[in-house]
Amino acid sequence: MTPAIIAENLCKTYGRGNISVKALDRVSLTLNTGETAALLGPSGAGKSTLLTMLGLIRQPDSGKIVIGNETVFDDGSRTDIRTFRRKNIGFVFQKANLLPFLSALDNVRLAMEINDVSGREARKRAAELLEQFGLGDRLRFMPKELSGGQQQRVAIARALANRPRILLADEPTAALDSAMGRKVMELLRDAARNHNAGVLVVTHDHRAMDVFDRIWVMEDGKIERQK
Amino acid sequence: MMNLALRDIRYNLGRFCLTTAGISLLLIVVMGMGGIYRGLIQEATLIIDRSGADIWVVQRDTKGPFAEVSKIPRNMEYRIAAVTGVRSAEPFISHAVQRDHRGRVLRLTIQGLPDSGAWLPVIRGRALQAGHYEMLADKSAKLPLGTRLKLGKDTYRVVGITDRMNSPSGDSMVFVSLNDALAIQNDTPPEALRGERNARLRRFDRMAYGSTSVDHRETLVSESERPAALPGQQISAVLVKVRPGFDPAEVLRKLRTLPDISAYTSDDERQIMLSGFVARSRRQLLLFRTILITVSTVVMTLIIYTLTLDKLHDIAMLKLIGARNRVIVGMILQQALLIGVLAFGIARFFGQWVYPYFPRRVVLVPFDLLLLFGIVIGISVLASVAGVMKAMRTDAGEVLS
Repeated sequence: MTPAIIAENLCKTYGRGNISVKALDRVSLTLNTGETAALLGPSGAGKSTLLTMLGLIRQPDSGKIVIGNETVFDDGSRTDIRTFRRKNIGFVFQKANLLPFLSALDNVRLAMEINDVSGREARKRAAELLEQFGLGDRLRFMPKELSGGQQQRVAIARALANRPRILLADEPTAALDSAMGRKVMELLRDAARNHNAGVLVVTHDHRAMDVFDRIWVMEDGKIERQK
Repeated sequence: MMNLALRDIRYNLGRFCLTTAGISLLLIVVMGMGGIYRGLIQEATLIIDRSGADIWVVQRDTKGPFAEVSKIPRNMEYRIAAVTGVRSAEPFISHAVQRDHRGRVLRLTIQGLPDSGAWLPVIRGRALQAGHYEMLADKSAKLPLGTRLKLGKDTYRVVGITDRMNSPSGDSMVFVSLNDALAIQNDTPPEALRGERNARLRRFDRMAYGSTSVDHRETLVSESERPAALPGQQISAVLVKVRPGFDPAEVLRKLRTLPDISAYTSDDERQIMLSGFVARSRRQLLLFRTILITVSTVVMTLIIYTLTLDKLHDIAMLKLIGARNRVIVGMILQQALLIGVLAFGIARFFGQWVYPYFPRRVVLVPFDLLLLFGIVIGISVLASVAGVMKAMRTDAGEVLS
């Protein structure tokens, strides 16, 4: 197994003047390809902040992030984020965040076309991906015509559309019932194995811990323990 | 790459249609204003162009007969006709009347015709045949064939309907023979005629012809003793056509030597109209159009901006999945352009049904339409700037909010 993502001593402080909150305090972790990891912890522990740093949505104050073989952040210097993100990182959120004006198929297809995959190829691959997620009969459905679980599966398919090195999920089961929540977690695990991606899931849901290869618990901006 | 703008429009079709309809209504008015201006020019120069006259002879030191009142004696045409190089000199009589007709106010410009008016655009009925009591009326006067209308002491029957013949002031034109036009213009009530006749007789009685006394001479020049006088027959202008082989400028120069008239070429007449009467209306219409275009721009900007605000979450998501800026800018810009272009098309299409109901004639010329189309494209781009700027400032991280 090779590391999908390496984070070293990530620090982030929010605040103004004398009032400051240390959201990340020298956080380090390594997630390998094909591995599924959970990031647990109480609200305000810094889980989502860490996720946004690893996803290159927000910038740490200091530290180092390596994705695949590329150092994308090293104490201030960073690479062309949007292009890198497009090719290497997939996201899944609590809400599916599908574009409401595109069908399930087009939501997945768009992610590929943005990454310069030709229209025909993108259509074919998107349909295959959605079939893998049990949505072969819902390709033309608009997001509002899909259930919450189906929407989330489309979102996972979209996140995997460009075969990313890492897939970051922020409480993807929070809006789902337990059965569907478990199914989504299993889908994420399968995605990690089948697509050889590193999957990091921020969650409060303790019911599906058995699907994860690793579990990190965060408190006060630090990774306190690893299971 | 799939077209996101069209997909979004299809998804929000109702809102898009309402927005486009609103903008098209504004554009109908903007387009109409331009058309009214062109209509003003056409109406102002219609008779000048249609008359075929080379030179217009009017009252001395006036800019008549359209821009201001011009009165010259009826017999002036014979003096003009005697000038070397003049092929024909025809009296021109044009005056406005307002009458109540079947419960509505009828404003007409009465035009005297030296001929049958066969050259006019008669769309129903026929040209004049009788020397008296027949009339051609423009369709905008809404006087059907056979209508009888009392003007002056006589009643005139509508025998033909013309199309798009309006005076510079926008009134419907009616055409009668020259003599009828003179009769209508110089219509004098019998009481006035009797009063005038009695005044002359009284004056005659007071005069001691043959006497050389100072008192009587004073009486003769006294303003209070001036005889009441009804004007003789007067016409508005004389239309001159130059004999082939003669230089119109030379004929004009000769006519200008006559001490009691002013003479203008048809181009001069046209310029008089355009620089005076039309110019002010033009400025006013231009101001209206500018205001309306500004309003359209502001409305479009607000709509495009609001549409963008509604999509900020989607835009953030697009950024998160790595969409290039041109994809996002393209989506906003294409929607703005589509609203502009469709609104223009709708305005153009429905305008042709609406404009005939405008009180003034609306004339749409390709140049104006093309110019307005360019402006619409410009304001569409301008309108999308605020939305684009907002979209560019949107951070991918806003997906999390």
